[in-house]
Amino acid sequence: MKLGAAAIAAALVCAGGAMALPPPSPNQTVIEEAAMPRKLSEFGLFRAGGAELSDGVLPYDLHTPLFSDYADKARGIWMPPGAKATVDADGNVQFPVGTVLIKSFGWADANDGKPVETRLLIHRSDGWTALPYVWDADGRDATLAIGGRRIPVSFDEPDGTTRSISYAVPNKNQCKECHALDGAIAPIGPKLRNIRFGAAYRTNAAGRIEGLSRQVAALPAWDNPASGSVAERARAYLDVNCAHCHNPKGSASNSGLFLRWTDDPDGVNYGIEKRPTAAGRGSGGMDFAVAPGHPEASFLIYRLESLDPGIAMPEVGRATVHKEGAALLRQWIAGMETRSAH
Amino acid sequence: MRVRHAAYIALPVAAILLGLSPAAAKTIRVEPDGVDANEKLQEALILAEPGDVVELAPGRWTLTDGLSLDVANVTLRGAGIDDQNGSILDFSGQQGAGEGLLVTSDDVFLTDFAVLNTKGDGIKSKGADRIVYHQLRVEWTAGPKETNGAYGIYPVESTDVLVNRVVVRGASDAGIYVGQSKNIVVRDSIATENVAGIEIENSYDADVHDNIATKNTGGILVFDLPSLPMQGGHNVRVFDNIVSDNNTPNFAPKGNIVASVPAGTGVLVMANRNVEISGNIFDENGTANVMIVGYRYEHKDPKYQPLPKAIVVADNLHGRAGYAPAFPGGAEVAAALGGSIPPVLWDGAGDAVVNDAVGVLSLNLPDVSMPQSDAKPSPADLSGDAPAALPGVRLPESMEARIR
Repeated sequence: MKLGAAAIAAALVCAGGAMALPPPSPNQTVIEEAAMPRKLSEFGLFRAGGAELSDGVLPYDLHTPLFSDYADKARGIWMPPGAKATVDADGNVQFPVGTVLIKSFGWADANDGKPVETRLLIHRSDGWTALPYVWDADGRDATLAIGGRRIPVSFDEPDGTTRSISYAVPNKNQCKECHALDGAIAPIGPKLRNIRFGAAYRTNAAGRIEGLSRQVAALPAWDNPASGSVAERARAYLDVNCAHCHNPKGSASNSGLFLRWTDDPDGVNYGIEKRPTAAGRGSGGMDFAVAPGHPEASFLIYRLESLDPGIAMPEVGRATVHKEGAALLRQWIAGMETRSAH
Repeated sequence: MRVRHAAYIALPVAAILLGLSPAAAKTIRVEPDGVDANEKLQEALILAEPGDVVELAPGRWTLTDGLSLDVANVTLRGAGIDDQNGSILDFSGQQGAGEGLLVTSDDVFLTDFAVLNTKGDGIKSKGADRIVYHQLRVEWTAGPKETNGAYGIYPVESTDVLVNRVVVRGASDAGIYVGQSKNIVVRDSIATENVAGIEIENSYDADVHDNIATKNTGGILVFDLPSLPMQGGHNVRVFDNIVSDNNTPNFAPKGNIVASVPAGTGVLVMANRNVEISGNIFDENGTANVMIVGYRYEHKDPKYQPLPKAIVVADNLHGRAGYAPAFPGGAEVAAALGGSIPPVLWDGAGDAVVNDAVGVLSLNLPDVSMPQSDAKPSPADLSGDAPAALPGVRLPESMEARIR
């Protein structure tokens, strides 16, 4: 049945005259000027009728990705032809106006493997803007959902557990909650130490990233023991999953808990023997975010393993416990030397 | 969603003050009915433009996700705070977000609606300058429970904050909590059955006045804590409040600083400098009407100043207090003093001037590293010359104009 439907769909596309037209390419006017296009197809970032990236959109991957309910993510960068991105001293990629960062979310065993949602981060002359799109039931296009949406999703976790969740597509403001830097939207993922391109990069005709060949130590892959020690991989995990808010310019600046790769991992502001601030029920009755040697007494773990909105961290984008991620952080804390007895 | 032009006079005036075109202002009205009411309300908050009013129709929203507002100079206005005729945002079935409503833009005016039973905080505003909270209710309707959210009204990292005529009940941390902010007024509000009624933390220049703080664990708290981006709290005036019957057993989750507040606390100052407590009416606070203490936990912040300094207590009315002191050893001290301890309790750290005609009990623990077991309670005379009076907080006229 599925194949039959696909064939019919393909025939419809051909009958509609799509064969006679050049393949769609990203529409720079829409990207830079249309405030909030209703349909994702208007951008031309995907090939017509599906979720395959258009020519010139550069797929990329990350050594350590953000956990999002075990979703598989397909990421792409579009830069206008001839445009150049640069890498700043901190290893952040600075993208030109007209750039779109694209991230599609789906599960291999849900929705026939088609994506559920696609998020765009668009660099316009007045700054970055974030737009969430939910794919239509037929998987041919996606529709703007600026107010966010809840979508029932069932999938199998890596350990075989079948999970049915109410997956939350973030609203436009929630996009910014994570992507906020000094109150403005900024990309999170594409940092030189974390980004990874496939072979497509060499042949890509669209915009280029200058300075990509600069040698920087790669961020460890959180789940690959060959890429770093437990502590290093735990820090990579915290950087990617927490530090977009937990930095002095982020949404959690007032917490005083700062978890960037570059922060002092022994300091109180990294959570080591740090008492709760505005944590409420998030403290779980514990004294410290991280109690060295004692994951069971560390409320950082408690919050990562909770699904209660008044407790759970991150606050946005998680309706599932990342068991494997939490296990790594437990291992990291358990391996620390126990400090003062409290 | 119906759109119509604003008929409000105050709004165009505010818009002019902010240099915006008043012609652009419109009212976006949202209704609580329909399966997508949650999404529609959130959409309205996203699509609003500076100067707009998002108007909540009377009725009850059943919300599964937190709301957020990130557009400057927007008014969110409901029909009132009561269950029958008001605009009620009910988060009893909340599945996501750390609070009910999050505001991250400047010059926002929130008024005439209620936020109920959020899983985390009620209304939080972060980096939202000149925010006005007016005639709101934030409540956990089952009363004091450890599973209630932490803060009811929660402005943080903001300059110019006005909390006016709000009612907060049931917060498992603080009903009204202002943190890491400057130039703050909390007034004419009621905080009841929270762990802390009203709390000013790591903040500069605050006036807390004409409030009623009753049936909390602690009525009004002025705290300064270490290892935070903004610290060194100072210049706080707590005056003309009614602080009574704050004897609710502490129901804060352990680990949080307010979990250490003894039941029966009226006003508690921890660290901070230049705090004035005056003109209040205190009654029936079982531990103390006024408590002044240092931060006595271990910390590793060399910039932190753990002592209360230049704390002034004057011209207050003191009813019964100190009859059930709920700190370790309190009962023994009370027994030794004939059944109750004096209404003002000082741990002996830092310095304070107490000119009220009531007794002061010092625990004589001047060094904050001394354990409480070393306490040697004795009456103390802290009367003397107070430092120069604080000038008081003045908010921008545009904020006061909102509520006229």
